[in-house]
Formats: sequence, C-alpha cells, structure tokens
Amino acid sequence: MNFNFSEDQLLMKEEVKKLLDKENSVKRNRNVLEGEEKFDKELWNQLVQMGLTATTIPEEYGGIGMGFLELCVIAEELGRGIAPVPFSSSVYLATTAILNSSNEDIKKEFLPKLASGEIIGTFAHSEKTTFPSESGISVAAKSGKITGKKVAVPDGDIANFALVSATSGKNKIGLYLVDLSADGVEIDSLETFDPSRSHADISFKNTPAQELSADAWEDIEKLLDQSAVLFAFEQVGGAEAAMNQAKDYAMGRYAFGRAIASFQAIKHKVADMYISLQLARSNCYYGAWALSNDAPELPTAAATARVSATKAFYECSKENIQTHGGMGATWEFDCHLFYRRARLLSSNIGSQGIWKDKLITSLEKSNSPT
Amino acid sequence: MDFNDTKDEAKFRDEVNSWLSANADKKEHAKDIYRPAEMSGEGESGESSALKDAKAWQAKKYDAGWACLHWPKDYGGRDATPMERVIWGQEESKFKVPGGFFEIGQGMAGPVLMLYATEEQKKRYLPPMAKGEEIWCQLFSEPGAGSDLAGIKTKAELDGDTWTINGQKVWTSGAHYSDYGIIVTRSDFSAPKHKGLTYFFLDMKSPGVEVRPIKQITGGANFNEVYFTDVKIPDSQRLGEIGDGWKVSLTTLMNERLAVGDASGVDFQEIFELAKDQDFNGDSAISNGAVREKLADWYCEQSGLKYTKMRNISALSQGSTPGPEASITKIVSANKLQDIANYGMDLMDNASIARDEETAIFQGSLLGAPLIRIAGGTDEVLKNIIAEQVLGMPQDIRVDKNVPFNEIPTGSKN
Repeated sequence: MNFNFSEDQLLMKEEVKKLLDKENSVKRNRNVLEGEEKFDKELWNQLVQMGLTATTIPEEYGGIGMGFLELCVIAEELGRGIAPVPFSSSVYLATTAILNSSNEDIKKEFLPKLASGEIIGTFAHSEKTTFPSESGISVAAKSGKITGKKVAVPDGDIANFALVSATSGKNKIGLYLVDLSADGVEIDSLETFDPSRSHADISFKNTPAQELSADAWEDIEKLLDQSAVLFAFEQVGGAEAAMNQAKDYAMGRYAFGRAIASFQAIKHKVADMYISLQLARSNCYYGAWALSNDAPELPTAAATARVSATKAFYECSKENIQTHGGMGATWEFDCHLFYRRARLLSSNIGSQGIWKDKLITSLEKSNSPT
Repeated sequence: MDFNDTKDEAKFRDEVNSWLSANADKKEHAKDIYRPAEMSGEGESGESSALKDAKAWQAKKYDAGWACLHWPKDYGGRDATPMERVIWGQEESKFKVPGGFFEIGQGMAGPVLMLYATEEQKKRYLPPMAKGEEIWCQLFSEPGAGSDLAGIKTKAELDGDTWTINGQKVWTSGAHYSDYGIIVTRSDFSAPKHKGLTYFFLDMKSPGVEVRPIKQITGGANFNEVYFTDVKIPDSQRLGEIGDGWKVSLTTLMNERLAVGDASGVDFQEIFELAKDQDFNGDSAISNGAVREKLADWYCEQSGLKYTKMRNISALSQGSTPGPEASITKIVSANKLQDIANYGMDLMDNASIARDEETAIFQGSLLGAPLIRIAGGTDEVLKNIIAEQVLGMPQDIRVDKNVPFNEIPTGSKN
C-alpha cells in the first residue's frame, strides 16, 4: 500500500513551496491586507504560469490533466503561505463545478480560460447570514434569468463569473453560471475580517444565467465535499506554519534565564498543536484518497478532514499568538495574519457546526461508521 | 495513493488467513471479541482460565511459526518483515482469539535480551517467551520513581559474582503470573542519578521476592507491588555494563511506546449507537445538536488515529521508516476513552448509576481510563517526548543533573 502522495506529487509540492517562499507570500498577504488591491495579481500570475490553475483540467480543454491529489498538495502550500489569491474560488470550486457538469458547451467555453488564468470564477451560495440549506435559497432562476442576493461571496469582486445556486421551480435548486459583468449585477465589496481575501455581496436582477443543471442540490453537496478536502489541506498547511512559528519563537525567546521552549507549559502547548495537526493531516490524507477515487466514502471523509483541519488551524493559530506573548498580538508580527486566515477558512464553504452535522448525517446514512 | 497490498503482501495475507481460518473462529461483528474474565465482570477468579486460553493459543501459533514473527528464526520467530508483522496483526484481529499476557515480555524484555544477553541466554529464554510458556514482567517503577524513572532506589550490591537486591517495585503488570522479570536497580548511590543504575533479569520465583496485588479503582488487580529482600541475582544475568542501566532502560522504554497502543473500551461506535437508542427531551439523543457536535469530535479523533496508523504502515510497506506521528496515539485514545465513557453515562442519565449489561462497558471504561492515561508514560511525559524528541524543543532545566544521587530529594515529602 502507499497511503501517501507519490514522489512526483511531493516534488510538485516542494516546487510550489519554493515559489511561495521566494515570493514571500506571507509579506504579500500583509500588503493586500493593508493596501487597496483585492488580491496579489503578480503572485496569481506566477501561479498561473506554473500551470497550477490548469491542474485538474483535462488536456482537451487546455489543462494539464492531473488530478485532485496534485491539487491537495498545492492547497497545503497555499495555506502554509497564506497566499492572497482567489485560488480556492476559481480552482477548488468554479473549475471543479464545471468539470463535474455534463454541459459540454460550458466546458469548452470556460475550462480553457480557467486553465490559462484568463478568467477567474467563484461560487456564490450563501444568503443572509447562514450557510444555506436546500430550503433556504431565495435567489430564483426563471427563463434564463436570475434574481436575488448572495452574501459574502469569496472573490465576488474579483471573479469574472460566478456559479450561483438558485431555485429552479418545483422546489428544486439549480446551478447557474452568471457573467458578473452582465446587466443587472450589482457588486458591493465588503469591509472584512481578513482583507487579504476579498469578499462581496452580489445582487442579481433579471441577470442572464446559463443553466448547468436545474436539479443540482446533490451536485452542490458533492462540490462542497470535494472542495472541503482541498480547504482542509489549505488549513493543515496554515496550521503547520503557525505551529512552527510558535516553536521557533519559543526556542529563541529567553525569559527567567532560559529559552521559554524549555518550560513544560510551552512544550505541552506546542505538543497539543502537533497532536491536533497530525489528526487533521491523517484525516486529510483519507479525504484525498476518497476525493481522487470519487469514492462513496467521500461525504464522510471530506467532513472528517474539514472538521479536524478547521480545529487544528484555529488551535495552532491562537496558541501561536499566546506563545509569542504581547508581541504576538501586535499588528507588526505575522501571527494575526494566520489567525485571521484560520477564521476566514472556517467560514468559507460552511462553518464548523455545519460540517459536524454533515459528518454525523453521513455516518447515519452509511450505517457502519467504523 | 492507495490501500492495496503489493503482490507479496497479498500472498502473505492469504497465507495468514488460511492458517487463521483453519485454527480460529472469525469474528461475526466488531464487538464479537474474546473477553478475558476481568473485562466481563467475573473478577479475579476468571483470570487463570483466560491465561490458560492465551497460553494455548500462543503455543499453537508458535508451533506453526506465527509467534513473534519479526524475531529471528533461531529465537522462535519467523524473520518476517515489519510489514508482514503488521499484516499478521491486522488479520489476527479479525478472529476471536485470546491475548494480553505476553506483550511485556515479547514487546519489552525480548528486544532488550536480544541486544544485551549472551547467545546462550537468548537461545534459552527467547523461544519459551515467544511460545508463551514463560511469562515476563518489567520491574521499573517504584513508590518514589514513576515518571522520574531514574529516581529509583532499589539497591543492588555485588559480592563476588552475585548481586544482592533490596527494595520495592510498584505497578508491575502481571508480576503475579510472571516467571521472569527485567529489573533496573541502583548500584551506586554516590554517582549522579542516571549514572549509578544497573540492569538485570531475574527468576520471579527467587527467594525473597514477594508479590502483593494492588487493587485498582476498577476493582481488578492487574498490577502489583513487588518487594525484594536479599534477593540473589548472578552477575551473568546483568544486562549491559555496571552503571549503564539507564541506557538499557531507554531501549526498553522505546519499545514500551510501541507496545502500548490504543486504549481498549468504549469508542465512537459505542457512543454513536447509544446516542441513537437513548431518549433526550422526548427525542432521540442523536437528533440533538449538542450531542452531534460531541460525536463529530470523537469520530474525527478516532479516524485521525486510524489513518495516522495507516501512514505508518504505508511507510513500512514502502520500505521506509515510519515518522513520529504515532506518538500521539495513547494520549488521544486514552482521553477519548475517558470522555466518551463519561458522556455515555451522562446520556443514560439516572440509568447510568446501576450496573447492567448496557452500563457496564461505560462504567468500566470510566474507571479504567485514569490508569491508561498514566501507564506506559503519562499524558505529561508523552507531551514532553513529542516536544523534545519529535519537535526538537529543549529539555527542562534539571536541578538533579550531575548531583550525587544521595543528595537529591526524591519521592513524596508530605
């Protein structure tokens, strides 16, 4: 058995890490956080040039025809580097949704441009204040047009198009592709908790929309499961970076005449981070296996990876600040960039309570959880 | 990324399976396990039958070449690869077979003998250990030396080529049915703490060895105090150099961490089933959001441990060395056990008080968990190990280093 990534995949991971290190993606995160730009175009272009946006797109659609496993290792490194780019929206979500679809026209039109980075996509799903249930969607599609409002859409003011969930009549939820420069689209950029990743409210008023499917709730659930594994890898990458920051700082910081890393109060804190991280990482590997094999276990595996990775990133990022003492809570130190990103990733695609509930629901369905 | 056996692994698995199928009963479901008497609530009296069964099964395996697979053939093993050992373990766990008496000998004493005993001793002691004919215990902890193992005071004095041992050991699992023991003693009280120790093996039937059971909070008595009064050990049974006992002990402890695995008792499956059956405010407990959140946390831990183990097995299968991830296993599983047991009793509310078929496993786990969090390295010691040995953080500053042992305060001062 080989319950690990292949050598080629690990090599690819290393290449992405090298690029993000060289480009100092953490500093770039801060620049976006403090500046006027909505994302780091220069870094995004480098990721595009490296072919990362084309990873899962088959060659016939202008991609490089690799799989989700490659995307998992990329996601981990983007998380480690808290990269300020719309990768999760455009690649994990928009690209995967189109790949999942059987609409050949849309594939031919959009996949090559997504691969080349010419366009950026996103997934507009949340409404009002909570992550929607099937009955909670009010955006409505009728005769090729949609009307209604989606809130806090990740990269909503960056993306060229959005996949929008909307009622399609007869109590069904459909999935629609909407050009965000079309008539009747109003985009309000939000002031957010973590400005290193842009979010916007989007209102549609009789906006033209292409239908991917009029009965898409299951497709949407699957898309969320697929992306949950990728988000979880991103969270694990961020968690590991935060743990290492805490450890490195503790080894170099002296108090009471000794490195604070020699105090058990600090060692046990870092050990707890390690425990949380390893549980999450192992669950992520299983998620990666289920994702890449399109296994029936995906709903359980994805929720497990997502819940434990969310927990790990939260714990590592908050205890990293604590380990740094007062300096960890300054604007100047990078700790808060990871703390913000941890919180943001927890909210994108549904929060912890939602995924815990999904996990138990999927175990109830599968009947033999272990 | 896959879970598939290689060709060789598949072939070996088939071989293992056909032998097991011919010699044992397959479990019909996960809970269909062989239960030693003390687990099923029959008390101490049942232990001898459990031991007899375990010995018979071990001997059967030994005769067919399935005992201590990874040991050299000369010492009763099979020269198996680490992966073959894993496959055996995976397959054997699917069958209803007894066990639980030989782990300390085979897992801890065996590897030390292999490193430090003479060839003659290895040929004499290892095969019966593999066969389960002779059972070994480990005499390490003392009343004044638990996590601080190097603080032991049991005294060893050499006269000619015979050592005389005086002192007391504690928490010795299985001393009451053991034939031999490995023991670490202090041979020099004026040397610094870690420098004055010497390591032996001894016959537990030696004159002057007295074993007294410790009744645990579960009511069972698996552990013992062992008293040594002028016990004689020939110098030929010394393992390692005089004063080098700490180094030998570390070999044993490294193996202890491999031998102590998941905590047995209630796990996710039990609390999941209970939540489905149990009423909570007029509905089933599992439909309650707070209950679902708890269940999800435990499932994530259980799954995380399962796939951490898989990552390790995968490394073995690929011919590389497993990473340090498995060092989290006991901390996570012991705490999970305790919390699930407590929460299960909470869900059963008033009905959890009486001991019956349904409550017994939760009650037993609740009472058993504290000792699991302590045995084989406390949570705190294991976190130190993760911080120091896995993450490379520095040791605590020690006030007892390079000080003659007889000038260091030890034990309890109140």
